[in-house]
Amino acid sequence: MVSRREFLTGGFHGRKVALAATGGLVWSYALGESATTAAAPRPPGAQAEPDYLASCIKCGQCVEACPFDTLRLATAGEENALGVPYFEPRKVACYMCEDTPCINACPTDALIKGTSIEDARMGLAVLTDHETCLAYQGLRCEVCYRACPLMGQAIGLEFRPQERTGRHAYFIPVVNSDHCTGCGMCEHSCVLEEAAIKVLPHDVAQGKLGENYRFGWLEPAEISRDFVAPEAAPDLPQWRGGLEKVLEEMENLTGIEEP
Amino acid sequence: MSWLRAHRYLIARRTTQLGILLLFWLAAHLHLGVLTGNLSSSRVFRTVPLSDPYAAVQILATGHLLANTALLGAAIVLLFYFLTGGRAFCGWVCPVNMVTDLAGWLKRRFELKSQFRIDRGTRFWIMALAIPVSAIAGIAAFEWVSPIAMLHREVIFGPSLGLLCIAGILLLDLFIVRNGWCGSLCPLGAFYSLVGHRSPLRVGFDEARCDRCGDCVRICPEAHVIDYAEMTARGFIASGDCLNCARCLEVCPRDAFRFTLRFDRPTLEHI
Repeated sequence: MVSRREFLTGGFHGRKVALAATGGLVWSYALGESATTAAAPRPPGAQAEPDYLASCIKCGQCVEACPFDTLRLATAGEENALGVPYFEPRKVACYMCEDTPCINACPTDALIKGTSIEDARMGLAVLTDHETCLAYQGLRCEVCYRACPLMGQAIGLEFRPQERTGRHAYFIPVVNSDHCTGCGMCEHSCVLEEAAIKVLPHDVAQGKLGENYRFGWLEPAEISRDFVAPEAAPDLPQWRGGLEKVLEEMENLTGIEEP
Repeated sequence: MSWLRAHRYLIARRTTQLGILLLFWLAAHLHLGVLTGNLSSSRVFRTVPLSDPYAAVQILATGHLLANTALLGAAIVLLFYFLTGGRAFCGWVCPVNMVTDLAGWLKRRFELKSQFRIDRGTRFWIMALAIPVSAIAGIAAFEWVSPIAMLHREVIFGPSLGLLCIAGILLLDLFIVRNGWCGSLCPLGAFYSLVGHRSPLRVGFDEARCDRCGDCVRICPEAHVIDYAEMTARGFIASGDCLNCARCLEVCPRDAFRFTLRFDRPTLEHI
């Protein structure tokens, strides 16, 4: 039997155990600190972030398999978690290969086998800066919209009347998270010096409704027996309806008929 | 010619160490598919998987099941290094070995003294500690900080701040602790010491030829493995800490050492 004194003063490896326990705590803390950096975009099919960091063996086989040299392993001194694959769309975006060579190359399932490229969620494109985005200035740009490999699905255009001239429309790029894979073609092609649309990690980009929150007009019957949902107002402008509707509304607003 | 003969194993080791780096580099940059990936995990000719078994254990400790590819790769590597002597990885494959060998060479050349000693058992503590730390932090603990993987990435993807870490190892070995990183700290080396504990491939020792000059002890990075009493009794270097690097073979003026098999002792006496 080892006495408490012996245990603490060196008998039974006491000092070593104490040292190891301290070291282990510091080590765990340091790892936890370094693994908190949210980073995107990740390669296609990557597991959700904490699991991805844990299961990636940092071998770089996905990097080698990428025919477009999109992926890279983070080296020391970068913001990204050391040795873990990511990419910078501003340099090279993901070309969304149908046969996903990066996923096939992964030996550990950090990139989930069988993920089809349309279901990949490398990150989420967000129009982060309305103050510089040319579309928001009323200019015809739409470069991100046209660069998007899922044009019309992942990025659509929303038309809004342009009050400054009173006779033009804004063509606002709008990302749909149901379709955006985070490939980064939009960020890559943005014509600004610094892209106004960026691929962000989902947890940075997305909000989340409270579990009990309901939109009354979507499910009126379920809210309450006492609550009677109003009929949808018939005359509200529906900007999502397309260019024709915008022009129609503009005519109503300005009284000028477009040729 | 005699210089070549006297350094034949050194040349062979540098060839495998640099050759493996070169093959990885060629795969990463020119898509030559002989050896793809890195020392953590790779494929030979894009088919046979190889994985670092110690990395695999750490990932399993985080609670993540590994794909069969990685498990099969780890099993292949484990079997290979069991057969070839465990720390043969350290002596023949690991790129950090070139850094610590450089430190060892400079140390002998300029007769630099070490300031401290670190208990050789420390590396086993670090090795074991990485498992609960992986479980607590949720990421493979040693892989996150491994200078081996770091040096590898530096060579393959270009130099970065990681070189500071490598420089740190060089200085540690050079001025502070003799063979400090590989012999006292590296948990991967500790892991392979265990793997090679009962390995069949050993450095054999012919007691009759030895005149106890001690050249082998001076060149050996893990000098404690050269235990004359045990070597005489068993006919080979028994310790799993031996790198099978064969420096003793090269340096011995009386050819008392040669590679042998653990269960092959009788033939050694007929040499």
